[in-house]
Amino acid sequence: MMETIQAYLPSLIKASYFLAAILFITGLRRMSAPGTARGGIVWAGWGMLIATVATFLLPDMHNMVLIIAALVSSTVLAWVSGKKVAMTDMPQMVALYNGMGGGSAAFIGAMALFNAVDHLGGCTAGTIVDTATAHDCLSGVSMVFAIAGVFIGAIALSGSLIAFGKLQGWIDKRYVFPGQHFFNGLVALGTIGLGVYLTQDLNANYIWFFFGLSLLLGILMTLPIGGADMPVVISLYNAFTGLAVSFEGFVLQNEAMIIAGMLVGAAGTLLTQEMAKAMNRSLASVLFGSMGGSGGKAIEGEMKEIQAQDAAIQMAYADRVIVIPGYGMAVAQAQHKLWEMTEMLLDKGVDVKFAIHPVAGRMPGHMNVLLAEAGVPYDLIEDMEDINGQFAQTDVALVIGANDVVNPVAKTDPESPIYGMPILNVDEAKNSIVIKRGKGTGFAGIQNALFFADHNKMLYGDAQEAIAKLIQGLKAL
Amino acid sequence: MIDGFIALYIFALAAILGFEIIRKVPVILHTPLMSGSNFIHGIVLVGAMIALGHADTTLEKVFGFIAVFLGAGNAAGGYVVTERMLEMFKPRQKKQDDDGAGS
Repeated sequence: MMETIQAYLPSLIKASYFLAAILFITGLRRMSAPGTARGGIVWAGWGMLIATVATFLLPDMHNMVLIIAALVSSTVLAWVSGKKVAMTDMPQMVALYNGMGGGSAAFIGAMALFNAVDHLGGCTAGTIVDTATAHDCLSGVSMVFAIAGVFIGAIALSGSLIAFGKLQGWIDKRYVFPGQHFFNGLVALGTIGLGVYLTQDLNANYIWFFFGLSLLLGILMTLPIGGADMPVVISLYNAFTGLAVSFEGFVLQNEAMIIAGMLVGAAGTLLTQEMAKAMNRSLASVLFGSMGGSGGKAIEGEMKEIQAQDAAIQMAYADRVIVIPGYGMAVAQAQHKLWEMTEMLLDKGVDVKFAIHPVAGRMPGHMNVLLAEAGVPYDLIEDMEDINGQFAQTDVALVIGANDVVNPVAKTDPESPIYGMPILNVDEAKNSIVIKRGKGTGFAGIQNALFFADHNKMLYGDAQEAIAKLIQGLKAL
Repeated sequence: MIDGFIALYIFALAAILGFEIIRKVPVILHTPLMSGSNFIHGIVLVGAMIALGHADTTLEKVFGFIAVFLGAGNAAGGYVVTERMLEMFKPRQKKQDDDGAGS
């Protein structure tokens, strides 16, 4: 009986990896539609569990204590931190976990390379040996993939950590110096050159150096990028990690890794492009350009203030209200209060909709997640393309901590750095109210013409407090 | 045994599949989807386990330990965060449907 199981074990393990790959694909597919999304992650989760259990059954596995120690300690840490983190901090957690995956792939690649160095004498050039079982020699193709995986994975690791630091507020500046692009370009070329050299002369010191340079490149690439572009960068590194995992999957001859990694690599690349497009930026300008500063004309006029009580009255007697949430709502954790206020307006027969700009907040869909957390049904939430035509028939547009995504200079001032970026047409609404903490400029550092418009009023204060006052105002009616 | 060309087929087919799945996704799901795909490349954990399972030298064991630690963090953290995000995508509740009928 035992012998039969032993005989079928390799096929059983292969079948488990196959099943995992299928579950990942169907899981991702289900995640791409709102109705089935919740189930999608569970499917993918089963795939992960099956693949992990199958790996324990592989023959010739050593260091079981080490494996279990690393697996259990990290799983517990990540599980607890993932459960505890506030919804508003999700983007940086995604960056952190993504960096870990990239790092894992990079270390796997480095191990394969070090192992190949140790056994260099015993290998003839070009031999293909199953590394998962013999684990001694690397074929030429495997070596190229291992090196490429180290390169991409290390960039994803260090770059994601910098992105995490920036979103967490630990690194609050953009580090820019003259000749930076040239310098970064040199480091990139040097690293790639060393990688190519490694394929000819594999040697332990150079592997260390190559790994270090790749990590450095990830840091250098990410430091000059402003916070507004961070979502695009995280998404890009997500795709990077996918690629690195896929490449190391080839080195280890593991089909589940190859398929899942490449699936994410491609999906992540497309997602990155869509995000960049929504911001009217090319990927190149995100990585190598820098946004913000001074460009554009100065704006004449004055910002007019409104009191919460008056704003509440204006909304209560409106037929149509569109709410535009932005990062200010996320920082203030105002989504619950916002939904409470919205329910009061709905009870009064006001038609309330939420308009979400593709890049509102720190990640595409960030606002949707927060609103969903507060219990806002998703059929009240509209994408930019669907709602932009409706502003002209809207009585009040309530902007909560959003700035650049409602700035009409994107349509009017060709000199402005955000010129051409699609915006929500709040300026077309009959009235608009902007909840904002102070008079400063937004993330991109550009003056907002909407704030100075005749039909616009400013409601100063923290989003949470301001909405609480609006609720009081509505109750008093 | 997966040779270079078989790998090329798998790479290409998986990449096309990835593109097709993401092509028609509403913006509302972008963040959860990024998080979900982040979880899926947590499969790197399996590779890290295989690598550590065959490690001989101290250096390899250290690297392998780090790889498993990082990979497990990717998988576990990615799952929890995605699950929490998607938990919120519940359809409109019955009560609200009744209330909202008049508006």
